[in-house]
Amino acid sequence: MRRYFGRKLLIYALTFFVAVTVDWIIPRFMPGDPVQTMLARASLRPEASQALQSYYTNLFGLDVPIWQQYLNFWARLLHGDLGISIWQFPQPVTSVILRAIPYTLALLVPAVLLSWWAGNKFGAYAARRKWLDNTVLPLGYVLTATPYMWLGILLAWSLATVAGIFPIAGGYSFSLEPSWSLTFVGSLLRHWFLPFASLFLVGFGGWAIGMRNMIIYELEADYAHYLESLGAPRRLVRRYAFRNALLPQLTGLALQLGVIVAGALVTEIVFSYPGLGYLVLQAINNQDFFLIQGAFLFIIIGVLLANFLVDVVYVLVDPRTRTGMRGAS
Amino acid sequence: MTVSDQEDLAAAAPAAPAVTPATVAGVRASREALYFARRNRKLVIGLGVVLLFLVVAIVGPLLTEHGPNEYVGPPAQRPSARFWFGTTMFGQDVFAQFTHGLRSTFLVGVLGGGLAAVIGMLIGFSAGYRGGLVDEVLNMVTNVVLVIPTLAVLLVIAAYLRVRGVVPEALFIGLFSWPWVARAIRAQTFSLRSREYVDLARLSGLSGPKIVLNEVAPNMSSYLFMTFILLFGGAVLIAATLDFIGLGPTEGISLGLMMNNAVLWSALPLGMWWWFVPPGLGITIIVGALYIMNVGLDEVFNPKLREM
Amino acid sequence: MSTVSLRVEHLRVWYRTLRGDVQALDDVTFTVADGEIMGLAGESGCGKSTLGKSLIRLDGRMRHIGGAVELDGKELPVWDSAKMNGFRFKEVSIIPQYAMSAMNPTRKVGRMVAELLESRGVGFDTVRDELRRRLDLVELPQEVLERHPIELSGGMKQRMVMVLSTLLNPSLLVADEVTSALDVSTQKAVAETLVGFRDRGFVKSMIVITHDVSLAYQIADSIMVMYAGKLAEKAPTDVLVGSPSHPYTQLLISSLPEVGVRYADRRLTGIPGKPPSLLNPPVGCRFRDRCPLAFDKCVEEPPFVEVERDHFVACWKAI
Repeated sequence: MRRYFGRKLLIYALTFFVAVTVDWIIPRFMPGDPVQTMLARASLRPEASQALQSYYTNLFGLDVPIWQQYLNFWARLLHGDLGISIWQFPQPVTSVILRAIPYTLALLVPAVLLSWWAGNKFGAYAARRKWLDNTVLPLGYVLTATPYMWLGILLAWSLATVAGIFPIAGGYSFSLEPSWSLTFVGSLLRHWFLPFASLFLVGFGGWAIGMRNMIIYELEADYAHYLESLGAPRRLVRRYAFRNALLPQLTGLALQLGVIVAGALVTEIVFSYPGLGYLVLQAINNQDFFLIQGAFLFIIIGVLLANFLVDVVYVLVDPRTRTGMRGAS
Repeated sequence: MTVSDQEDLAAAAPAAPAVTPATVAGVRASREALYFARRNRKLVIGLGVVLLFLVVAIVGPLLTEHGPNEYVGPPAQRPSARFWFGTTMFGQDVFAQFTHGLRSTFLVGVLGGGLAAVIGMLIGFSAGYRGGLVDEVLNMVTNVVLVIPTLAVLLVIAAYLRVRGVVPEALFIGLFSWPWVARAIRAQTFSLRSREYVDLARLSGLSGPKIVLNEVAPNMSSYLFMTFILLFGGAVLIAATLDFIGLGPTEGISLGLMMNNAVLWSALPLGMWWWFVPPGLGITIIVGALYIMNVGLDEVFNPKLREM
Repeated sequence: MSTVSLRVEHLRVWYRTLRGDVQALDDVTFTVADGEIMGLAGESGCGKSTLGKSLIRLDGRMRHIGGAVELDGKELPVWDSAKMNGFRFKEVSIIPQYAMSAMNPTRKVGRMVAELLESRGVGFDTVRDELRRRLDLVELPQEVLERHPIELSGGMKQRMVMVLSTLLNPSLLVADEVTSALDVSTQKAVAETLVGFRDRGFVKSMIVITHDVSLAYQIADSIMVMYAGKLAEKAPTDVLVGSPSHPYTQLLISSLPEVGVRYADRRLTGIPGKPPSLLNPPVGCRFRDRCPLAFDKCVEEPPFVEVERDHFVACWKAI
């Protein structure tokens, strides 16, 4: 087991290293003088321009050798300094992002967990009944083929614009001030629901299909045949099949994390939901490169942490990894 | 595995095309595959839908004399006889945008999916066939690229490029979508490499790459094809997402960009459904058809699934 | 060998495939006596595995077309899977060919056994002591129950499955190619264990399916030879090996190497040709095309009749 975790941690550390390096390299190797390009594209007040000029020069360290620039970047990073936001000058990137993160997490965590759980349960259920299978399967494929933002758009249009049940934009009603009042929390929830539902549905379709296929595969395994030959009731066989099928689904969750995060970002954009995605859009529209880079790093860290979490859960769930034998990898 | 009568008797009928040496059996296998392919509803319908959209993508832009981004009509018009999909907030022809966008969709799918397939195959075959240090190194690379969320990287890259085109976008997507392919191919190559006919080929002096090309790959041809289809669909989705954020091609139009514009210019609160429904619907139908096609292909190539 | 334990009459089991029906088991009639170990031999594709499986569980594309099965005087409803469930494990049991992968990989062996028993309405406590005794019998350590299958060797898994399948003392045990994947010394141990089960009364009668006639010779009281979905010959072991009546059996026996005979002088003969396709089986005796003794009457299918006591043959030349 130590070998398992050791290997995973090595990969994550390496990935982080590569990501940070990529993050640092890209602006430097784009054609032209990056500083002037950035300053020219961003229309700034003179004093801001001055401050940023010196900051950039410092950042790109034209007077310092490259390796030192690189190390400085790392040093700053480890101090939590991701630079100053251009769009929201003079706020530091870190605080801008930290304000948005809770919204994104509020969408992502419940949507991922619920869609995975419900999708798996439903897929297993569908594998049982032929009629359900025949209706669910095409629906599942359609759902999983739906781009995240389009489902968000459809939900926004149908339930917000047309039906008027839910609000169409924002994290909470514009007329309210953040507080712990019931009205505010209620408003939060109402604004949260559609983006959450959108994320949930797309994920749900994918997991349902995956689980249905895995269950069918497991039911054809030797152990299932043996149990049935010994007269085991269907529910015992299905229980075993379900538990065994969960393992690759768990691995699949780790693989999908990047896609899900991307989905959350665009869903937020559709609903102008004030999370990381919306932030990224604003950053792009305002050419705020520090914000983009900061968001990138936050996303990377988040995905790596989530991957690690899934790895831990996997070890707990698959007894074969615990016994020190190589289980399914 | 199980030397049961069932399998022998079923084998007395058609031979399973999955793992036979690429010889006469291969020819018989492909003819048999064609037989089942024509009868598989999922495959036929899925393929039909994709081809339909392809035709629209090729022919559609020829039907309109004006470009997709030109201002040709009254703004925010519902679909009418003149403008089949209505107009945008600025009076652009949504139908023209749609058909042109389809072109870029297919282009991204083929290029992005194709590049990812090639990289995945190269790395997967090398790691699976060579083993040892080569395998370890490639494995590490695969794992790193796997964990990095594609969109995040593309975000940073695209943000810094002043001018962006469809082809570079497709290539970048392909550059990051291959890890799962490499893994799967590596696993299959591992198992195939210990088969007797591979040993035979090695004994007869064929070089490594030649063996992979002539013995290993043809046995996985069905799987490789299905992989390409999945990569195609995946590339389309990633490109749509990227375009939607505003990091798509700076010139021209794409389905993701259409949705971006629609949302940006308040099509949602204004209920201009003709602007945002077609692009998303197009992507959903194409990718959905690809997935269903894939299921059909799996049934064709895997005899066990056929009878279920 | 007095009372009859298993009686099979005119059993027909076909496989429904896209290309038509494969007539895997065609009009098979035989009996197995109380306490008898019957070897079921034949080449690949002859239907022996189908026969074994059809007695306990029709799987996938198998279809029961006709015929009846009786066990200990009671009807065995092999065509009705739901009704069969009451008999499975308790009256009829099977040691499958895939014993190595027959156990759930993510469950501890003991836990799986307990859950299986509970689901069949047998309290684990009632059999726990017997289970321990049997583990000792096959020389499996008691800790096996605390392990996952992946931690056991192939031989251990095989023995575990053997113990599990016979735990409830079934009347009839079907052992499907249990020695095929093993080395010779392990084969011997497994074969002896099977006989031991019968001798100790864990099972009443046994059908040992094998393509290896010499194995059947070692442990079976009688051997039944199948060819192309039909029965060719059934006789007590010494009779079948010593004086086989059916040409196929004769060729089968003579194609076995003998200890002490050097093959510099004599060639090891096989049987030329292949068995017929069972999609559209040929008319008449199915061995006709390969049989050195075939004559014009063979166009008519020979019945499976008793030519002497407990000796059945389906061949015009032997009747």
